[in-house]
Amino acid sequence: MIKRALIFLVLAFFAWQFLLMVTGWEGLSGLGEIARHYMEKGREELGAANIVTAIVVTYRGLDTLGEVSVLFLAAAGIGFLLGAGRLSRKQDGGNAGGLENEKTRRKASEILETGSDIVVPAIAVFGVYIFVNGHLSPGGGFQGGAVIASAIVLLFLSHPFYSLNHGVLKVTESLSGTVYVGLGLLGLILAGGFLDARFLPVGEFGRILSAGAIPVIYSLIGLKVGAELVGILEQMRRPS
Amino acid sequence: MILYFLALVLFVMGLYCLVAKKNIIKKIIGIVITEYSINLFLVLVGWRKGGIAPILLKGMQKSEIVEKGVDPLPQALVLTSIVIGLGVLALMVSICLRLYEKYKTFDMSEINRLRG
Repeated sequence: MIKRALIFLVLAFFAWQFLLMVTGWEGLSGLGEIARHYMEKGREELGAANIVTAIVVTYRGLDTLGEVSVLFLAAAGIGFLLGAGRLSRKQDGGNAGGLENEKTRRKASEILETGSDIVVPAIAVFGVYIFVNGHLSPGGGFQGGAVIASAIVLLFLSHPFYSLNHGVLKVTESLSGTVYVGLGLLGLILAGGFLDARFLPVGEFGRILSAGAIPVIYSLIGLKVGAELVGILEQMRRPS
Repeated sequence: MILYFLALVLFVMGLYCLVAKKNIIKKIIGIVITEYSINLFLVLVGWRKGGIAPILLKGMQKSEIVEKGVDPLPQALVLTSIVIGLGVLALMVSICLRLYEKYKTFDMSEINRLRG
């Protein structure tokens, strides 16, 4: 009973705090100073059509670097938690749930297999399209990476015995991360500051190869995020 | 205005799930719902009536997007927050997997008891 009352009190407290924030908020009347600057100057300075991408990749590029490292840390933590030498396998003396798992795992139906064979490449290409076009249309590296990872989920579901090439995954991830930081340093040397995309020519507005290094950087982020998410999925899929 | 209250309702629902449920998977779902309600709220803060997406299309005047466009800053930051939320979610789920291996249950009250 006391527990229920406590739960109710906690909920009421947070709801009241939230309500204080919400009431009296009349909605946005105009853009703030910084947002206005980004909207007005985004096109001349960076040549990016999508202002959000310009902010994520260049104006607040350091935030994005932090974000990528947080994702990397999460993937590393999952590798540590679910990686080799798991408890149960040792305790059961090698006769782990793993083998049992292999037995219960069965082949997917013909329709699922054929259908996914057709759809998976299309989804992967769509993911690439999303991160290559990040500076022109809604989308970007993180979204594209997630789409690619979803293609791999479909592959895992339809081909239960499919094994990934871990080497390719690791090389893609570390290479794209390193090149991303390298491009950031290049911006520091050749342009205004760390992760400044203007060391490549701005180019014609609205083309794929425009907006300086933004598409390059966002593609690298997309590859890194995709490889990382696939790595996480692979860790979770491994029979325990 | 009603949209902000919907974010609030979602927030309280997620929080209830987090504090009242005993199953850790349900707790994780609660955390995720809370997180998404906050993301929704932040995006709504940058929204304005009749707003357009902060994307310059060909042949669009710059004054148009400055006058009508929604605030791009909360959107960029929410993008960061979604990705970090995903990382945290994956980490939580893997910790749950380890807990299940050790205790053979997802029930919080049973995991609570000490084991030598």
